Amino acid sequence: MHKHPPARDGMNAAASVMARRHDEPHVALSVPPADEIKTTTCYMCACRCGIQVHLKDGKVRYIDGNRAHPVNRGVICGKGAAGIMQHNSPARLRAPLLRTGERGSGEFKEISWDEALALATEWMGEVRARDPKRFAFYTGRDQSQSLTGWWAMQYGTPNFAAHGGFCSVNMAAGGLYTFGGSFWEFGEPDWDHTKYFLLFGVAEDHGSNPIKIGLGKLKGRGAKVVSINPIRTGYNAIADEWIGLKPGTDGLFVGALIHELFRTGNIDLDYLVRYTNAPWLVIRDPGARDDGLFARDANGQPLCFDKLSKTLVAANRVDIAPALTGDYQLADGRAAVPSFRLLAERFLSAEYAPATVAAECGIGADTIVRVAAEIADVAFRQTVTLPIAWTDWAGRRHQEITGRPVSMHAMRGISAHSNGFQTCRMLHVLQIVLGTIDVPGGFRYKAPYPKTAPPANKPAGKHEHIRPNTPLPGMHLGFVASPADLLVDENGAPSRLDKAFSWDAPLAAHGLMHMAITNAGLADPYAIDVLFLYMANMAWNSSMNIAATHGYLTDKNADGTYKIGKIIYSDAYASEMVAYADLILPDTTYLERFDCISLLDRPISDPNGPADAIRHPIVAPDRDVRAFQDVLIDLGARLKLPGFVTVDGKAKYPGGYPDYIVNHERTPGIGPLAGWRGKGGEQFGIGEVNPDQLDRYIENGAFHIYHLPPSQQYMKHANAEYLAFAKSVGFTGSTDPIIFQLYSEPLQKFRLAARGHGDVQPPNTHRHRIERYFDPLPFWYAPFEGTLIDEHAYPMHAITQRPMAMYHSWGSQNAWLRQIHTANRLYIARVRAAKLGIVDDDWVWISSHIGRVKCQVKVMDGVNPDTVWTWNAIGKRRGAWALDDDAPEAKQGFLLNHLIAELLPARADGYRYSNSDPVTGQAAWYDLRVDVKKCSHDEPPETAPRFEPTASPVPAAKVAVSDFGRAFNRERT
Amino acid sequence: MTALPPPSAKKLGLVIDLDTCVGCQACATSCKEWNTGGYSAPLSDFDPYGADPHGTWLNRVHSYETGDGDTSRTVHFPRSCLQCETPACVTVCPTGASYKRAEDGIVLVNPDTCIGCKLCSWACAYGAREYDYADGIMKKCTLCVDRIYNEHIPEEDRIPACVRACPTGARHFGDLGDIDSDVSRLVAARGGYDLLPEMGFKPVNKYLPPRPKRDASTSPLARSEMNASEPAHVTGSALEKLFAFADKLLTR
Repeated sequence: MHKHPPARDGMNAAASVMARRHDEPHVALSVPPADEIKTTTCYMCACRCGIQVHLKDGKVRYIDGNRAHPVNRGVICGKGAAGIMQHNSPARLRAPLLRTGERGSGEFKEISWDEALALATEWMGEVRARDPKRFAFYTGRDQSQSLTGWWAMQYGTPNFAAHGGFCSVNMAAGGLYTFGGSFWEFGEPDWDHTKYFLLFGVAEDHGSNPIKIGLGKLKGRGAKVVSINPIRTGYNAIADEWIGLKPGTDGLFVGALIHELFRTGNIDLDYLVRYTNAPWLVIRDPGARDDGLFARDANGQPLCFDKLSKTLVAANRVDIAPALTGDYQLADGRAAVPSFRLLAERFLSAEYAPATVAAECGIGADTIVRVAAEIADVAFRQTVTLPIAWTDWAGRRHQEITGRPVSMHAMRGISAHSNGFQTCRMLHVLQIVLGTIDVPGGFRYKAPYPKTAPPANKPAGKHEHIRPNTPLPGMHLGFVASPADLLVDENGAPSRLDKAFSWDAPLAAHGLMHMAITNAGLADPYAIDVLFLYMANMAWNSSMNIAATHGYLTDKNADGTYKIGKIIYSDAYASEMVAYADLILPDTTYLERFDCISLLDRPISDPNGPADAIRHPIVAPDRDVRAFQDVLIDLGARLKLPGFVTVDGKAKYPGGYPDYIVNHERTPGIGPLAGWRGKGGEQFGIGEVNPDQLDRYIENGAFHIYHLPPSQQYMKHANAEYLAFAKSVGFTGSTDPIIFQLYSEPLQKFRLAARGHGDVQPPNTHRHRIERYFDPLPFWYAPFEGTLIDEHAYPMHAITQRPMAMYHSWGSQNAWLRQIHTANRLYIARVRAAKLGIVDDDWVWISSHIGRVKCQVKVMDGVNPDTVWTWNAIGKRRGAWALDDDAPEAKQGFLLNHLIAELLPARADGYRYSNSDPVTGQAAWYDLRVDVKKCSHDEPPETAPRFEPTASPVPAAKVAVSDFGRAFNRERT
Repeated sequence: MTALPPPSAKKLGLVIDLDTCVGCQACATSCKEWNTGGYSAPLSDFDPYGADPHGTWLNRVHSYETGDGDTSRTVHFPRSCLQCETPACVTVCPTGASYKRAEDGIVLVNPDTCIGCKLCSWACAYGAREYDYADGIMKKCTLCVDRIYNEHIPEEDRIPACVRACPTGARHFGDLGDIDSDVSRLVAARGGYDLLPEMGFKPVNKYLPPRPKRDASTSPLARSEMNASEPAHVTGSALEKLFAFADKLLTR
């Protein structure tokens, strides 16, 4: 936060005695603000708002929000309105670069694109012909994963992922395995009807404007906003109630809320019976190969006990009254119970009683009891009914929809812990027992969600799939439903570099990009000959344990060659990662290229309908740079990858990315864009290629939204009309209702494997871990780091958050945004600081079990006393981002990444798991535990560690004064 | 020294809702972006990639904490010119460059006659004036005078850039001289207030205070009521009670 500057002294207005009257000067009130206004999609963060770019004299004069756009409805955020400075940044790379110095030096020479592409083709082609798994392709804040993933699939390496593994895969996977949706791109609160909103953890950095717009609506309507967050900044500052619990204890808090709702009978039983697996019977036969799985009939349908016929029947039947309680005997004589019974036993146990969890959470039990009471009151006594007629999955017509108007949002704060997956599951269980999924006032899905829980697509990349010059049989990332889906060999060894979908991280739906460099550096499970990275600052703020990462990037073999053979990197800017690459493919800015925000990928849908969008070149680059997607498609053709060449070996998309966006079909009739398909543009979702499709998008503000009729806008998981629509456009494979998986059978299958059942079992060294964490019911456990190190030596939690006006490291090259956040402090609670003898502006050492960082302190009240925090990614390395060497980002800025281990402490046998969630592999960077000590007086007041500066790949900015805008004002008066 | 025109009937200004502002800086950068190419162009930046980046901003957002213990709260406070009815910044101006428009009350600086003496910034009690060291003249919030009457801009967008941008809807623009205007009604309904009213400058802009917190101190509910449909006669453990509650005929 910023210090409030001292107010200037006022002068007495009485001086006006001598006043003279002047005629008012002429003011030009109607200067045309632009010669031309073009609409496109913002990329100052991942929110993807619609923007209007005002061009004057061919230059970008002004950017504001597009009122027609479904994401931002005309508003723009602090970052988006500073886009001009990103577009004009002196840190923009200017031409392809070939390394001339040692890796990490930053010494390059400019080369031509022909040379650069020939080199890349040679390096990549050689590995593809020899052993394609020794090529790894990871993309960071990329938003074209359906292209990049498809490219990697055609290449034939198993090693592809984007950055979700260190972003929020726990959130995505926890939701998709539970109810076929999640937050942000998958769904959002019903901002127009919710009356009670719970906001968990750091959330300012995703779904930026939609959440702000939503909070504005809640405030305007007087809905209660409760923030559950160790830190009271940003959104949390305007909450009606701030609950500042300890990091990593959200699961205990949520579990205790469920406990209270169960204890008081405030749950929606009808909803549970209709839409969840609560009545499904779970086999109780300890030791059996199917213990804990669902009892099924001959057709594979789960069974329940019907209270009308008093028999066991298929649970999907309409004409039954399923039991939620009781003990039942299966036809073979074995026992079974409804899964609800197990859920109730779990959460009504004393373990989740408010009084039990309060101390661990760092809040009062009375708070938990009261919040549960408020939730119950709103959910069950303040329902919202909308006069919307709809037809349910069984064909029954309803004249209205009643909702329980309690909603929630969570993102990284819950996700970035090693207990994040199970905590996310628990949060969704809370939503589901309240009956708040896709109802008025609750959570609302965004198409193409909901999908089955979990979605049907499985990861490709098993050992037998990997052959020279051969594509993989499917896409890399998917949803493992049982051990048989894992990408491991007969000994349990991973086939992927990052060990995703192995016993280390079985449900790694987004991969583990955060382990790619470490594992490649350690050749564990194998070495990498060419590492290809896009748009990810992996040598800096996107990696844990930066010094070690620099080591892996530069380590050499005995013969002097680098252990990671070649590194190719594409970025638009001179980020810290640039210095560690051998070949740089310079990208364009977001106003200079095409992009496709696709329903095949990470769409921008609204709860009222599926939407997608594009970016298109607003201005031409003034440098020798090319859009990464164009380059990737070119490389695909040069490598003769199937799908990128025609049968006669010519480039299939000679027009580059726009050509691909229009003409690529993933399956017949389905391509990157869903709008204006068909020859005349009359079809949505499925249809022939429309050669004018991009023009239609550009005319419409660079987006398309399909408006669902009101009858399809709620209850999508069980809404016959919506489900039929979703199948017709390829969102889902069936019109069956989506049943919420309170009890997760896929997890139990892993447990059974750990217990010695099935063909694919974990090696003995992994059995205990799989048994413990693959609990089919959500549960809380302490985040790993605190349990593996000496908690007394590192008594505090340390977390980061991204300021609303900045997005990752990109913001620090931005002349306006860096005036707002120029350096970061370590924030500490006043009470804690007093105990440690620390006052404002003191310099401290903050240490973890792997290192220490020196930084300056700011004392505050609104932070949990066991927690310290700072802004993320403000600290910079000298030489990067075209900043001067004495920039505050490098001198007073710091990163907590230096303190975060990428590997957990060694197990008894020496093996080290990644510092990640054991289920999904999500990087557990919020598990960090630290100690804080005041520096001695003789230590210099600057942050540590400070790395040697790298040579800058772009000329120093050397701008004393910027008068940007002067050229636009010639008609001022 | 410069005279003020007779009080205008129309008093254009901003109403800023401190209950809703999350401190995102959208208003600050949107203001900078519009105005650096608009009437006040340029809003210069010094050392923009160096050790001490700073520049001219007509609107700044300060985030800070107030109060102690239970009364402690985090405040996001946007600060710009308040378009005072009796602005000392105008009356101290030796050249008449600073003036209050007779038509709508907007306080402007005429860049052609401002001599950069900075008297106005000393006179302003709110720290709302920004001297542009590169341009050598004083700059300030114009309420986007070059937007709000601009015939080249769609009518719905003839509002200040900060209001146009604000994602939470915390900023409102209108005529505070008209008691029936939306902004006047909002001020009346929400107890909008003047900053430093004791100084006597009569700011036109108003701030809406944070609504009272609704936490433990005000919540009517201390414990959940048992769901009315739970059989009252059931005794036993919480689990037995829940099972009795859940053991009813539930149709699909």
